[in-house]
Amino acid sequence: MEVPILKQGDVLIATFQAALSDADLNQLRRGLVQQVVKHRSRGVIVDVTAMDVMDSFASRTLREIAHMIRLRGAETVIVGIQPEVAFAMVQLGLTLEDVSTALDLEEGLSYLIQRFKNVD
Amino acid sequence: MAKRENPKESGTRNSQEAELQRGEATSELLRELVAHLRQNRTQLREEWVVRISETRLLTAMTKEEIFAEATSVYDSYVEALETETFEALQAYARNLSERIIPRGVETHEVVGIVLLLRDVLARSLFAKYQTDFKKLNRILDAYEPAANRIANTVAVGFVQERERVIRQQQEAIRELSTPVLQVRERLLILPIIGVIDPQRARQLTEQLLRGIRTNRAKVVVIDITGVAAMDVTVANHLVQTVEASRLLGATVIVTGLSPEIAQTLVTIGVDLGKMNTVGDLQGGIEQAERLLGYKVVTLAEPR
Repeated sequence: MEVPILKQGDVLIATFQAALSDADLNQLRRGLVQQVVKHRSRGVIVDVTAMDVMDSFASRTLREIAHMIRLRGAETVIVGIQPEVAFAMVQLGLTLEDVSTALDLEEGLSYLIQRFKNVD
Repeated sequence: MAKRENPKESGTRNSQEAELQRGEATSELLRELVAHLRQNRTQLREEWVVRISETRLLTAMTKEEIFAEATSVYDSYVEALETETFEALQAYARNLSERIIPRGVETHEVVGIVLLLRDVLARSLFAKYQTDFKKLNRILDAYEPAANRIANTVAVGFVQERERVIRQQQEAIRELSTPVLQVRERLLILPIIGVIDPQRARQLTEQLLRGIRTNRAKVVVIDITGVAAMDVTVANHLVQTVEASRLLGATVIVTGLSPEIAQTLVTIGVDLGKMNTVGDLQGGIEQAERLLGYKVVTLAEPR
């Protein structure tokens, strides 16, 4: 299952659908970084609103994606983690530390735009 | 030709017959006993009420109330003896408990008055059958187990009702004391008061996360001034709450940590880099406002 990646100016938006397999996640990791390179994006938003469960593999992959994108000089924001998912994640110790998070797409965009201003 | 019985079979049959005879005799004795208790109802009930006030039980109730309840209890008691069924008594005991528990009646009072009644009735039996010791013994054989069961039923009914009330109150306290309050745009306050057990901690976290999403909060101030102490489990819950809130894009500021709680957090090795804390609620709100870009200015002239 392909994850749709949309471009909004300097920002790429990847929207997760409900259940992603490990293969999907690996494909996304490759695809997303390629897109950042191709479009010279400054920010990436990964929208996980539709995910109702986050396991350790998904969590690790998201962190790896953020790290890889940072190496390209861009910033990643994970948005849309549901309350129940957040609760389950912290209980399992999957804290996604050192990755930025925001409530939803609007907040994520607003955060990135602010960050771009600070850098400019 | 007569059939010769197996001695063991006849032994069993004999004891079964004896059992049956004993049962009939007991029932007959109980009937006699119940008749006596009904005949002397007024006098025995009066005696019981006097004993109750002598031993200073049920001080939370007026004389009229004690008399009214005494009548119901006496009649239920005798009926239980008569029918040898205890469901009606159980139902009555719960009903009675529901009424008197809010009045502040304690367990020892309820057990006390039931045992007093038991004593009053037993003594009247001694008085009646004092000339016939054998009969008194048989009457007591019928009375004792039933009377014990009655005392048990009433006491257990009372205690169960108390436990039900306590559970209800606990639930009410839980629901009351975890409001999530929005005090500015994007700013929530969660004032926690009282004892936090793991269940309440979990409920707090769920409510807070929902509140963050609903109010689109960016900063949350959790004030624990009203929490005296927390154990390691609950401290970990607090840390998890902070982390989960961050996953929803909200920053948490914890305020009002008592020295004891500060000690606990340091002891369990909380990564203080993850925990944003400020001394008191005022300081916490001021910092939150700064984070959100608010500035509070005094007007030249107060209205």
